Amino acid sequence: MASLKEMRNRIASVKATQKITKAMQMVAAAKLRRSQDAAENARPYAQRMAAVIANLAAGVSGDAAPRLLAGTGRDQVHLVVVAAADRGLAGGFTTSIIRAARTHIDGLLAAGKTVKVIAVGKKAIAQLRRPYGDKIVESFDLSASRIMTLTTAQPIADLIMAQYEAGDVDVVSLVYSRFKSVVTQTPTVKQLVPAVVEAGAPVTDLGGATYDYEPSEEGILETLLPRNITVQILAALLENMAGFYASQMTAMDNATRNAGDMIGRYTLEYNRSRQAQITKELIEIISGAEAI
Amino acid sequence: MAKLHFSLVAPEREVFSGEVDQVDAPGAEGDFGVLAGHAPFMTALKEGRVTVRDGSAVRAFDIQGGFADVTPQGLTILAEHASEAA
Repeated sequence: MASLKEMRNRIASVKATQKITKAMQMVAAAKLRRSQDAAENARPYAQRMAAVIANLAAGVSGDAAPRLLAGTGRDQVHLVVVAAADRGLAGGFTTSIIRAARTHIDGLLAAGKTVKVIAVGKKAIAQLRRPYGDKIVESFDLSASRIMTLTTAQPIADLIMAQYEAGDVDVVSLVYSRFKSVVTQTPTVKQLVPAVVEAGAPVTDLGGATYDYEPSEEGILETLLPRNITVQILAALLENMAGFYASQMTAMDNATRNAGDMIGRYTLEYNRSRQAQITKELIEIISGAEAI
Repeated sequence: MAKLHFSLVAPEREVFSGEVDQVDAPGAEGDFGVLAGHAPFMTALKEGRVTVRDGSAVRAFDIQGGFADVTPQGLTILAEHASEAA
């Protein structure tokens, strides 16, 4: 049985931990609100972009289509961009993204494909290095950028474009966590290149008129498609950010509650042994007095 | 006069959305104006100023690069950067 002083110290230390987790939870909650807004504000742009591309893709015939839309005609080399968090203490956030990425990558490897990996986020780098160290072509540590903007996403998109233009990769996909709600974030694998025209995307009804393009249809697609990659990456980064804070908030809330339970248990134990000691001392005094 | 639905969207947020009379924008191959009922039309944009007129109210936005998409439903500008001009 630990001494009373030891038990007091243990309670104090758990209390200190609880204060920290409580503070982290509140910080995460505040940041969550901001990053959730950012993720939601970015959605209209990505959606409009997808709609515009769907419209354009419907009108471009097979041969004239740019390679970003039509693909290289091969399906051998896959580039997988894995975006996860830059910081830890967020429960299973990064782990669940990495798990989805591994399933995806292992599936490709099993099918005899060549896989290249780009790791985005410090924690993703750390967790991917062990299983796929030889496959990582580049890693991006974004822990310095507090807010995600197009400038953050641009270098990643540039690298993807460079690899694709050089003919080094055939298919590019992106693994990130889709932010559904504060309690649900779903790790998602999304194909970036060749661009997927979502079947459900509404093709605008032109009422019989035809589109005029300035410059040409192909010219617009050629600038629009690389832009789309950047925007998709930015959207993924923003969703990740919101998901990360949601996950951290939940994790810290759990930690705070666990600390509370622990304090309760220790306090009970402490009071019991204090009472036991008092009783013991009383018995000693009484039996001492009776002996006289 | 019929109104034109116009939205100006930047990657970070929707900058403007609403019913207006006329929008002037800097197209890659020349500035153009859009009124309600414009023919479907899509163009790349260059750096410049987008002017939005609604009645006597005029608002201006500085944009950098992007696309304008005119459909029977209205005009959408996807700009890389957009901010309200002072």
